[in-house]
Amino acid sequence: MLQIGPAKKIYDVCIVGSGAGGGTAAKVLTEGGLSVVMLEAGRRLDPDKDFKEHMWPYQLPHRGVGVGGRQRGIGDEFMAPNGFWEIEGEPYTIAPGSGFRWFRSRIEGGRTNHWGRIALRFGPADFRAHSTDGMGDDWPISYEELAPYYDKVESYIGVFGSKENVPNSPDGIFQPPPRPRCTETLVKKACDQLHITCIPSRMAILTRALNGRDACHYCAQCGRGCRSASNFSSSQVMIPPAAATGRLTMIANAMAREIVVGKDGRAEGVSYVEKTSKTEQRVNAKAVVVAASACETARLLLNSKSASFPNGIANGSGVVGRYLTDSVGSDLVGHFLQLEKMPAHNHDGVGGMHLYMPWWRFGKKNEFLRGYHIEFGGGRNMPGVGEFDYVCETQEGYGAALKQKCRSVYGACIGFSGRGEMIPNENCFCELDPEVKDKWGIPVLRFHWKWGENELKMADDMQQTFRQIIEAAGGTVLVGARRHSKPSGDVQQQSNSISTGGAIIHELGTVRMGNDAKTSALNSHCQAHEVKNLFVADAAPFVTNPDKNPTLTIMALAWRTSEYLLDQAKKMGV
Amino acid sequence: MSADAVTRRAVLKSLTMGAVAGSVMRVIPLEAADHAHHMIEAEKQSAGAYAPKFFDAGDYKTLQALCETIIPADADSGGAVEAGAPEFIDLLTSENEEYQKTLGGGVKWLDGNCHVRYGKPYLECGQAQQKEILDLIAFRRNAEADESLTSAVEFFTLLRNMTADGFFTSKIGIKYLGYKGNTFLTHFDGCPAVEGV
Repeated sequence: MLQIGPAKKIYDVCIVGSGAGGGTAAKVLTEGGLSVVMLEAGRRLDPDKDFKEHMWPYQLPHRGVGVGGRQRGIGDEFMAPNGFWEIEGEPYTIAPGSGFRWFRSRIEGGRTNHWGRIALRFGPADFRAHSTDGMGDDWPISYEELAPYYDKVESYIGVFGSKENVPNSPDGIFQPPPRPRCTETLVKKACDQLHITCIPSRMAILTRALNGRDACHYCAQCGRGCRSASNFSSSQVMIPPAAATGRLTMIANAMAREIVVGKDGRAEGVSYVEKTSKTEQRVNAKAVVVAASACETARLLLNSKSASFPNGIANGSGVVGRYLTDSVGSDLVGHFLQLEKMPAHNHDGVGGMHLYMPWWRFGKKNEFLRGYHIEFGGGRNMPGVGEFDYVCETQEGYGAALKQKCRSVYGACIGFSGRGEMIPNENCFCELDPEVKDKWGIPVLRFHWKWGENELKMADDMQQTFRQIIEAAGGTVLVGARRHSKPSGDVQQQSNSISTGGAIIHELGTVRMGNDAKTSALNSHCQAHEVKNLFVADAAPFVTNPDKNPTLTIMALAWRTSEYLLDQAKKMGV
Repeated sequence: MSADAVTRRAVLKSLTMGAVAGSVMRVIPLEAADHAHHMIEAEKQSAGAYAPKFFDAGDYKTLQALCETIIPADADSGGAVEAGAPEFIDLLTSENEEYQKTLGGGVKWLDGNCHVRYGKPYLECGQAQQKEILDLIAFRRNAEADESLTSAVEFFTLLRNMTADGFFTSKIGIKYLGYKGNTFLTHFDGCPAVEGV
């Protein structure tokens, strides 16, 4: 290390990361009276400068796809600053024979700046996976223990949805859902025929004003960021109230290097690289909450080696980096002739789906364990680059016929995406690469990945279901078509039907919680078994990765962890 | 048009609101909005004709002709040139080596081939000759029958995609498609009642 700054202020808590988990912890801890220093590896977010809400594609010379046309999908020019599949100077490596993609953020608010806002509670069975089907492990907490925190999060951030009593897909505290679009009405009719449950989606977007935030104005551009904060992001909804207490110190451009351990084996602070001055710095705190995203959190723990913790802090069990999972993903697109007859109308709605299909075969005997939900979208969205690649490829030729074909197909396609539960397996984990370091000299992660049989079966089942729905709705399957309109539309098809590991951006489980210190790193309060003033507040503690997107549970769990920390603060000398 | 009003407001917001922090939506005074709008328009006009960054003047003319042939003007709208597709394609090509090989090489191939077939460059060929050569490279099956056409077909495939991109992301292209959104609504009506859907 080049230089360690003189030990100055000792904060009550240092939080690493400002996304869903870090933001929630910052709000709860500062409002609870603690002083908090937050390290964020990226810069501060400025919605008024950074968001391209309501811009038309022709207002940018590159029409959204950036220099050389290279910024596509989740990284296009219109998206809110959120993250990257590749970061210059900060590589990760993939073990031979594995396929994995890692999406990382370097911005205040992290991946909540762009996420799909799908806000689903895990169900009671999701916390009791092993007890239910004998695979994997149970969580050390039950749904009932987490439910009050789901209530708190939903009440505070605002989630729309409807009471449905779907088994293992619990209802929450909901604002009214928006009305369905034409594409959604069409698909729901087909689902009704097929006895597939199709209900209003549950999204962290306001349909009613809440806590000084305006209701949605239905421009469908949530992914670009929302100046009125009508959708949820940590940067606009969690960080501001924390800052308003006067007890939050935000240090941006701070890449955490390691958690510093004192002679007594407790965490004393965090050393980091101040990226703009390229200097080594350190903050001191009485407790440390790591919320850097599951794999970055594992990396930070593994890199925090000391005499007390030769395998990385809190890793006596050796589980840090293990039990890595992502959602099972699969896509299919259908074309619907009857949609071509729809007159031009405003189809925008919220940024994402108004209806979805929760797992509808829960408790039934299936070809595979666990389940999946279905997301879908399409229709008369704002046109973008790549919109008509498929038409061009199939129609070929040129001239008036091509132009007219594009117009008739416009708005008549619907894409379906399955999101299913992966069961942890021993072939999927991350570890420190023994040789490669990033440009800050910090050892990088090496990923190992192989889907299990259960996941492959599930993806095949998704494809069959999509096909059934498309056909029941009177549509035609478009083989080889890609979806353009989904927030997580960068899915690479690895096998016939399944996504590449990491591509769904639901990677988690790498610092799991449990009651047994030999098989878990954290206890039931997401507190390290071995380091009582060290907590984890992102998706790393998750024991399972159910078919419900992780963000809402990250926040509920972070809220619970933070309240525990507040409660323990006196005992811990914080 | 209400759509234009929103556009202007959006541009202005991004121009004038940089200094204000926070998350609550604010309204810009109308005068400030108009002022900024006129500034943008004036800047646009003073910029004058587009100076190609990658294609030389002759090749750029060929590119324009090809774009307009791929997406022509018709009774419902202008074509690819009015939509600014050639500018968009030239800009991206100037920044992307793959595009330079495929598109730059493709335009050269087209002129060279026209010379061989008809004794003159593409732009000087008659309509029937232009149609004949384009019909050859606008379909994959021709490259399957004659491998020597492979790169020319790849060229036309990329150019067709990019022309469609340039047209359908333009103001006139979006209007042609009938996209009605990108507005501020107080409530969302859902699907309008139409028989058969």
